[in-house]
Amino acid sequence: MDDAVTVRHLVVDRGHRRVLPGLSCAVPAGAVTGLLGPSGSGKTTLLRALVGVQRVRSGEVTVLGEPAGSPGLRRRVGYVTQAPSVYPDLTVRENARHFAALYGRGARAADDAVATVGLADAAGQLVADLSGGQRGRASLACALVGEPELLVLDEPTVGLDPVLRVELWDRFHALAAAGTTLLVSSHVMDEAGRCDRLLLLREGRLLADLTPGELRTDAGTADLEEAFLSLVRRGEGVSA
Amino acid sequence: MNGTVATTGRVLRQLRHDPRTLVLMLVVPSLLLGLLYLLWRDLPLSPFDGVGLTMLGVFPFVVMFLVTSIAMLRERTSGTLERLLTTPLSRGALLAGYGTAFGLAAVAQAVVTVTVATTLYDLDLRGPLALVVLVAVADAVLGVALGLLASAFARSEFQAVQFMPVVVLPQFFLCGLLVPREQMAGWLQAVSDVLPLTYAVEALQELGRSETVTGRMWADVAVVAGAAALALALAAATLRRRTS
Ligand SMILES: Nc1ncnc2c1ncn2[C@@H]1O[C@H](COP(=O)(O)OP(=O)(O)O)[C@@H](O)[C@H]1O
Ligand SMILES: [Mg+2]
Repeated sequence: MDDAVTVRHLVVDRGHRRVLPGLSCAVPAGAVTGLLGPSGSGKTTLLRALVGVQRVRSGEVTVLGEPAGSPGLRRRVGYVTQAPSVYPDLTVRENARHFAALYGRGARAADDAVATVGLADAAGQLVADLSGGQRGRASLACALVGEPELLVLDEPTVGLDPVLRVELWDRFHALAAAGTTLLVSSHVMDEAGRCDRLLLLREGRLLADLTPGELRTDAGTADLEEAFLSLVRRGEGVSA
Repeated sequence: MNGTVATTGRVLRQLRHDPRTLVLMLVVPSLLLGLLYLLWRDLPLSPFDGVGLTMLGVFPFVVMFLVTSIAMLRERTSGTLERLLTTPLSRGALLAGYGTAFGLAAVAQAVVTVTVATTLYDLDLRGPLALVVLVAVADAVLGVALGLLASAFARSEFQAVQFMPVVVLPQFFLCGLLVPREQMAGWLQAVSDVLPLTYAVEALQELGRSETVTGRMWADVAVVAGAAALALALAAATLRRRTS
């Protein structure tokens, strides 16, 4: 399978800290890849580098065959930030239509995206009046509306109830089946089982790149949280 | 072009959802002018005409400066700006959209204020009203452009509002209203020469005096518009796609 994203020796400093000290990894095309790691491990920083808004010190990031941040990629890559980035003083529909217009799509595409995230009934409501989970879904709709080839989602399921979470993961897999590449970050390991492939990040370093099944057999436990911890311990044992 | 239209529509829609801001924008200048009118009404030598004309240029500048610097700061802190910069929207189109939306709001504001000033307060205005509105709109766009620029240097809304007196008051003090420009110290006059509000006020004073449109008026409008374009270009330069 081709890689939609390749990262080579990526070094990123934020403030006075080196957040990514030379990361290399790849994201396979047409699949759902999970970027997992504890809070502060550099997930958001890596995703920002992929979509071209993170200043990087050195290294190479290639997205869909072009250097990350190339103007041509802006039509092909959708990004959903960790904090919902939609306009609270607009309705859900108005937000979706605005982003649709930026991607050169019409009102129909916007309404479809709103329905896709299950907000059809709340389409006329101001985003400010929505619950946190609804706001996150409104934010997601504004990325789906561009029908991007690569969808970069930063912790999209945080704060969602279990039913909605399952629905969204089904949606992600449907998109992947239709050829979209998804990169989904999470700090909750129980989401790992829903991904086709996992990139495990810790303190800016890639701990492992494997499937959920491989992680379980590797660590000898069915519990992914447990498996992640045993991987961390093993890594520390080696470096000590 | 598409991006500019989409941004203009979006900003206007945000305004529409905030009717109180809209009403304040439209009626506050007229009410303040009314206060000045009442203040001087019974005095034999009323400076109302001169001051009123100047205020027609100051109001749109101040209001649009404040509103845009806060609006842009919100874009920066809420993450919507970061997101916009990952879409095909160009930075120039984003800023032009802001300028157009608030420029249109300024048209409405200027029409209301000029109409009220000339009918209710008998403001002596001999030039064509359309040109008065044009000067007010150029001033408003200047305010928008400087507001967008100022938002790059503010980390919080508290800081953003403090830029208002810094940007507005020196221009107001030196525009020739408080002391005629010819009577200022040479260096102050030189400073006044490079401040765009000076030209807007000059154009408005001309419009008060002269029934015919003079070349000076057009030159003044061009200076204000040029300053607005320059400030927009600077604002675009401070809008970094990649941040640390
Ligand atoms: N704007 C910033 N300035 C300085 N340091 C930052 C900034 N943003 C994040 N960091 C630091 O970078 C590290 C990685 O952050 P982040 O990529 O957000 O991690 P994650 O998304 O995995 O929680 C953290 O230690 C965080 O404190
Ligand atoms: Mg994060």
